[in-house]
Amino acid sequence: MLRYRRSSPGTQPELLHPPYVSSIKRAPTQPLIQLPHTLSETTGPSFSKEVVPPKGFDLTRQHKGEPLGERIVVSGRLMDEDGRPVAHSLVEIWQANAAGRYLHKVDQHDAPLDPNFTGMGQALTDAEGRYRFVTIRPGAYPWRNHYNAWRPRHIHFSVFGPAFATRLVTQMYFPGDPLLEFDPIYNSVPVESARKRLISNFDWATTAPEIALGFRFDIVLRGRNATPMER
Amino acid sequence: MSGESTPSQTVGPYFSIGLAWLNRCDLAPGASSGERVTIRGRILDGEGQSVPDACLEIWQADAHGRYVQPVNSEEKSPAHGFFGFGRVPTNDRGEFSFTTIKPGSVPGLDGRPQAPHLEISVFMRGLLRRLVTRLYFPNDPENPEDQVLNLVPAGRRATLIARPLAEDPRTLEWDIRLQGEHETVFFEC
Repeated sequence: MLRYRRSSPGTQPELLHPPYVSSIKRAPTQPLIQLPHTLSETTGPSFSKEVVPPKGFDLTRQHKGEPLGERIVVSGRLMDEDGRPVAHSLVEIWQANAAGRYLHKVDQHDAPLDPNFTGMGQALTDAEGRYRFVTIRPGAYPWRNHYNAWRPRHIHFSVFGPAFATRLVTQMYFPGDPLLEFDPIYNSVPVESARKRLISNFDWATTAPEIALGFRFDIVLRGRNATPMER
Repeated sequence: MSGESTPSQTVGPYFSIGLAWLNRCDLAPGASSGERVTIRGRILDGEGQSVPDACLEIWQADAHGRYVQPVNSEEKSPAHGFFGFGRVPTNDRGEFSFTTIKPGSVPGLDGRPQAPHLEISVFMRGLLRRLVTRLYFPNDPENPEDQVLNLVPAGRRATLIARPLAEDPRTLEWDIRLQGEHETVFFEC
């Protein structure tokens, strides 16, 4: 029977992380119950080319004009902990515009919206698990978690992988961002080496000459457990 | 080896920008078999306040207890009919509602049948990882033997079982309480 490995201690955020104030009234207080991995957890939705907009990977071409800001290429591989590529799997992203403003009614930050930028993207990984987006570098923005709180620049990533058990939503950060040190969401991951996996790398190889800087962000999903039942 | 898995981060308050394109309120619009049910409820935080910025993802088997799986990765997913996945947001009042079919029984550990259930992920601002829970159906004869329900302390099992409306038994009510006396059971998946 297929099972997925549990994460090592400290490599995933705790649900209750008081410096992130919103977690205080929303994190469950009772201990989680370990769910065995049955067919319900080891299967999951699979999205086809027909579902995913073919131009969903390019966030700079969703409107009549081009968005303002620094054009970037964000690419990487979706793999599992054993190095297997996760092929033909849905990746969704969303982000603020270059001024640090989201196209969302709740976002009241006094920074301009960009009529040429929505900030949503979708792509399927290829047979080797690779994905690629063209977008603009999102701006930092203030939030009300604590005095003078600013979120580091980030792009939200949602990935499914092969099973309900592998579902992951995360955020990609940029190298050298001075705000990371102060960000309670980034710092909710206790182990530093795990936290740093959230930071993309500048990538010369995917930098498009005269067009856009490249950033590489590999996403690793849970590996599988071989079980004694297997023969 | 690629090393260990990427940490989770919250979806934050603005996830609808990126996730709403897959919202649906009917998970089985063209299903030819199965008992249609509407499931509705609210999500409540530790102060009993409704959560208007949450999103559920549902994964379920069809009426025969089969999960839709791609035969190969290039295969078209069903354009209509049963797919088994749905993404459902809460509204400004913290309420959600969706229609689906009651799934059949799927095999559990050692091949023993599980009671019909929906797998549910919960996402919202404030949650650094998704929450995982299950919804079971009221008065199902398989509930008492279900392996997963039996892992849950008896006094908390009711939080996983939806309640039929007296005036319309095909509408089930199921609230998600993040904290408090009747905190919903959540699982480490």
